[in-house]
Amino acid sequence: MSAMWWGVIGTSAIAFALKYSGQSMPAKYLSHPRMQKINNLIPIALLSALVGVQTFAEKTNLYIDHRAFGVGVALIAFSLKAPFPVAVICAAVSSALLYRFA
Amino acid sequence: MAVVSATPASTLRDSFSVSLTVGTYGAAFGAASVAAGFSVLQTTLLSLLTFSGASQFAIIGVIGAGGSALSGIATASLLGLRNGLYGLRMAPLLKVRGIKRVIASQITIDESTAVALSQQERGEDAMRSGFWLTGFGVFIFWNIFTLIGAFGAQAMGDPAAWGLDAAVPAAFLGLVWPRLKVNADRALAISAMALALILTPLVPAGIPIIATAGVAVLIGLRKS
Repeated sequence: MSAMWWGVIGTSAIAFALKYSGQSMPAKYLSHPRMQKINNLIPIALLSALVGVQTFAEKTNLYIDHRAFGVGVALIAFSLKAPFPVAVICAAVSSALLYRFA
Repeated sequence: MAVVSATPASTLRDSFSVSLTVGTYGAAFGAASVAAGFSVLQTTLLSLLTFSGASQFAIIGVIGAGGSALSGIATASLLGLRNGLYGLRMAPLLKVRGIKRVIASQITIDESTAVALSQQERGEDAMRSGFWLTGFGVFIFWNIFTLIGAFGAQAMGDPAAWGLDAAVPAAFLGLVWPRLKVNADRALAISAMALALILTPLVPAGIPIIATAGVAVLIGLRKS
């Protein structure tokens, strides 16, 4: 079985297990402030790391290419409070233009 | 549907507008997933079964970039932890068992929880309606738009020519952006990005991303 099928099945199974166990656990675990804090910090770290890696890495090498330009445009769009789809399309269009003409 | 007729119009409106807006992001996921090398079937199954945007982008991002299935699953699952915590918050409100709990679990995501909590002033019935309507609404639109994006990308060919390789990190940026409200969070974001890039040439793809979760846990455990 390919890595992709393992990924689809593994991610889906664990995603559901996490959701279901949350719905089934006694509520007292909720009141742990440190747990809450970590819960807020983990997505920030992982998503930021994904932004960096997806923008600058290709396997285990680093590059500055058309992707960085596109993500830079998205950064400006988000800081100007552009809605999600608008910013993502801006990134795609600017990256594609640089890829084609540079 | 009883739940709809008893629901305040404002709760219905909130649920619908969130569902439609977030659902359209599914097109970005569908396109990115096919561009990363996943089939339309695999892409569809991720949206139906995983049904958690950040986790879905993570698994296709890590495997698409050459990471192992294991590091992809680990990253996606760490991002899915928060759904468990949402479940803890929603369970005493929903009070469901059996098959209803299974369904409630599947639609326990950022949006259904956020809309439910935003209805607090309108009472518990409105909170419950907000949860169910938004959960089902996002599920329907997210899956429809995933298919549209997946077939669209299949017809496109070279992902870079259409900017899809930049759309994926831009989507991650859009997912983290609303979370960066205080300077400490921005500092964590920049440190995590830097750490992941420093580690990229040194360890197999996928590991640098998981490593940053460790930084988040260390900061969270520190007394503040």
